[in-house]
Amino acid sequence: MKYSYYPGCTLKNKAKDLDVYARRSAKALGFELEEIENWQCCGGVYPLGSDEIATKLSSVRALNDAKEKGQALVTLCSACHHVIKRVNDDMKNCDDVRERANNYLKLDAPYKGETEVLHFLEVLRDKIGFDELKKRVVNPLTGKKIGAYYGCLLLRPSGVMAFDNAENPSIIEDFIRAIGATPVIYPYRNECCGGYISLKEKDMAKSMCEKICESASGFGAQMLITACPLCMYNLNKSTDNNLPVYYFTELLAEALGVKEESEA
Amino acid sequence: MTTEKKQAELIREISGVEPLKCMKCGKCSATCPAYNEMDIKPHQFVSYVANENIEALVNSKSLWKCLSCFACIERCPRNVQPGKLIDAARQIVLRQKGGDYLKDEEIPELLDEELPQQLLVSAYRRYKR
Repeated sequence: MKYSYYPGCTLKNKAKDLDVYARRSAKALGFELEEIENWQCCGGVYPLGSDEIATKLSSVRALNDAKEKGQALVTLCSACHHVIKRVNDDMKNCDDVRERANNYLKLDAPYKGETEVLHFLEVLRDKIGFDELKKRVVNPLTGKKIGAYYGCLLLRPSGVMAFDNAENPSIIEDFIRAIGATPVIYPYRNECCGGYISLKEKDMAKSMCEKICESASGFGAQMLITACPLCMYNLNKSTDNNLPVYYFTELLAEALGVKEESEA
Repeated sequence: MTTEKKQAELIREISGVEPLKCMKCGKCSATCPAYNEMDIKPHQFVSYVANENIEALVNSKSLWKCLSCFACIERCPRNVQPGKLIDAARQIVLRQKGGDYLKDEEIPELLDEELPQQLLVSAYRRYKR
């Protein structure tokens, strides 16, 4: 199976691990991530104003590229996933956005939200299947107690994101079980890490992340996993060596026995 | 039409929110992770727009404390979406000349080795035109 792949700005730089381990794991699991050529930055946050168009066009270009190849579009970064999934929903359901974006882009055929947008975790759950993943694991992470940190962007607003139950999600816990480890459920797993506030107000983000880390540690987590480079950055400012934070793809690659592969 | 009345209409237009749907349950404020940092609280955004009290709203520090975490939007039982109102108020400020909350000159001293690109682009989009 071949998917269009949208890595996004951070996965080419500070979050290379998120990308590299995902590519190795995909190869081991038998699907291909075909990077979209000349993709443009999603902007990091979804533009909330209903009159915003220019800020949505980079997502539409990526979505249309996937449509023209007849592929679903796969994302890894929570922020890219959030923005592209919501812009796709606008293109499907909002006449005004669809008409103005298409007037501007002048594509060969108008884009109307046809592309299926999948987060890498959704590929594991819905296309591969966690049962199948479990069978492919050669190096189970037995005995590791892992807290899933969901954050905001994958889950909310649930009507559009349709990723999982927004208040009581289970996809990352199911992932943790599939790689042989034990999930730790703690109350702050879908609370905000502070997001972009950490640029100008580092203390505010820090106190929010401390609550998350204390909550996870208190319930017995030995580590956290996330899909978001900004969550990772914010959490790392508050946590210590007792609660390291990893990208979920790093643990996946480890479980599949492809972490140390020399070429990606 | 007064300026505040016009601005209130603009906020309704940009946000697509109908403030009169609010039943004042306060769930948005109860769930907001930035509540303690805000001078005007999420459940009050709605009244400020409905009462056309826009001057106070656009000068509120809450504009720059909202995290876009969508907790208020997810949990509002009436689908009022206070987070969209505060973003529209932010847009009113940002779309004016000189309204940026983040200046390019500030950036170098805010950076560190680990800071992800995602943080910069997100902040640029929320704080600047």
